[in-house]
Amino acid sequence: MRNKFIRKSHYKMTWQSQVLFKKYMINFKTTTITELHKKLISGEVSSSELVQQSKSAISEKNGDINAIIEVFDGTFIPEKITEKSSLLAGIPVAVKDNILFKGHTVTAASNILAEYKATYNSKIADIFNTSEVSLIGRANMDEMAMGTTTETSRYGSTKNPVDITRVPGGSSGGPAAAVASGMVMYALGSDTGGSIRQPASLCGVVGMKPSYGAVSRRGLMAMSSSLDTIGPFANSVEDAEIIFNEIAEYDELDATSVSLEKRATYQDKNKNNKIIGIPRSFLEMDGIQNDVLENFNKSIEKMKNLGYEIIDIDLPLLKHSLAVYYIVQPAEVSSNMARYDGIRYGLHKDGDNILDIYKNTKTSGYGDEVKRRIMLGTYVLSSGYSDEYYYKANALRGAITREIHEAFNNVDIIATPTAPSTAFKFGEKKDPISLYLEDVFTVPYNLTGNPAISIPSGVNNDGLPFGMHFSAPMFCEKKLFEIGKDFENIIKQ
Amino acid sequence: MNKEEILKLAELARINITEEEADGYKKDFEGILNYLNSIQSVDIEFSQFYETNLTKNSMRDDDKIYDSGSFTDVLLAEAPEIDGDYFKVKKVL
Repeated sequence: MRNKFIRKSHYKMTWQSQVLFKKYMINFKTTTITELHKKLISGEVSSSELVQQSKSAISEKNGDINAIIEVFDGTFIPEKITEKSSLLAGIPVAVKDNILFKGHTVTAASNILAEYKATYNSKIADIFNTSEVSLIGRANMDEMAMGTTTETSRYGSTKNPVDITRVPGGSSGGPAAAVASGMVMYALGSDTGGSIRQPASLCGVVGMKPSYGAVSRRGLMAMSSSLDTIGPFANSVEDAEIIFNEIAEYDELDATSVSLEKRATYQDKNKNNKIIGIPRSFLEMDGIQNDVLENFNKSIEKMKNLGYEIIDIDLPLLKHSLAVYYIVQPAEVSSNMARYDGIRYGLHKDGDNILDIYKNTKTSGYGDEVKRRIMLGTYVLSSGYSDEYYYKANALRGAITREIHEAFNNVDIIATPTAPSTAFKFGEKKDPISLYLEDVFTVPYNLTGNPAISIPSGVNNDGLPFGMHFSAPMFCEKKLFEIGKDFENIIKQ
Repeated sequence: MNKEEILKLAELARINITEEEADGYKKDFEGILNYLNSIQSVDIEFSQFYETNLTKNSMRDDDKIYDSGSFTDVLLAEAPEIDGDYFKVKKVL
């Protein structure tokens, strides 16, 4: 609607005002990265105009939404953009506050790192430098990426641009809201259990979690090392594909980065893209919002009309994914959070001895949810309980992984809704379990490593976005983009 | 889980909590563990572990030569307390 209005009024303007209006002509929400790239090459727009536009949009909207927590001074602007430049050159981006850019403050929205400046570059920062990307600033998140509402940030909560009385999802609520409100062209977030896909669904944008090992985690603050991934937020599947292709470089400095040759062996085995599997009994669980299920069924019907074969699949272990996740993840959290010791960097709260320094620093530096997960992780790893919880969960994680990987022998894509609910009001869900359940459809693919994407699937009666969730065999992100573009087209019709 | 266990757990996790906070954690953990215990109903052999690691013993040549001290300043600049080129730590023993 807004775009129509701008176009209409544009025709009424005199040529003088059209010149003045020029820098506001680009609407990040209705253009694509490819279109912007072409305009940057032809000189129809300049990178400095795009950066200015992004910064103006932030000053106009961020007061209400709080998606961006710092706009960097001196955003890089490429001298010249040509056909040889990266498709991302000179295009404004925001990055979640847990990815390191040397010399810039980076806090994971935690008081324990309030003053911390990155001492080295992430792989993402290296790629951005090579690609001449225009980095606008840091985007808000749940503290240490633990949360599903972006309410636990030291910078205050981010609001959902669709309805500011509602949560944007989390933990990457800042990047999701920044893209949804047109403050930047795209953004990067991290996804450990759904932290890209769930906020993308709640804010009505595309969000994608790559295969584990496809995007380097070097310089991403570790939350749960065996589950963490970095991925894009974008306005379209096409844009998400461009961003993914730029960031999916092998990195010898990340021991879990998978070589391109190894990725190709999976891609060669999985060529078809016509059969969509639906874990029906998993969807019909308690707690899924009625209109979410209705929207899912209708959207799948449209895919059927497009020629996709739809089959129900039985994945009996899938329903245990969330419990497994809430054992493995806090266990790794308890280990990863131990590094913030008040000695080498970050917050320091003094004490009589070294143990008191640790305790005082952590007690004062961490918020409730982080403490809760450290304690829970300590419990499931403690002697006497580790067999019952951690080792059992690890065995089950293996069995779930086998179940999903074997399912892909018969289907090309697995589809579910992204989240069991649409965006809910602040304060509506309070107890930890109801918030953890937000990730019920997304966590399986962090446990198994498979790539997955959330794509807008229309809105409900209150105008709140639904998300369609597709997952694919390991390293077959291309399948997600192919089916995703089909889906996007059929939903727009 | 009883209150004493919660307090012990906080000690292990290096977090100070009050008696009152321990009650809150007790309530939270009861709900969470009740949910997590659903996995106990699954009969699974630990030997069924499915190999998911795609990278094993990732090795690379140790051939990058850095000048001694080239990272010292930038790292120490983030330290709460230093003494010359060292992090300052309270006596351990």
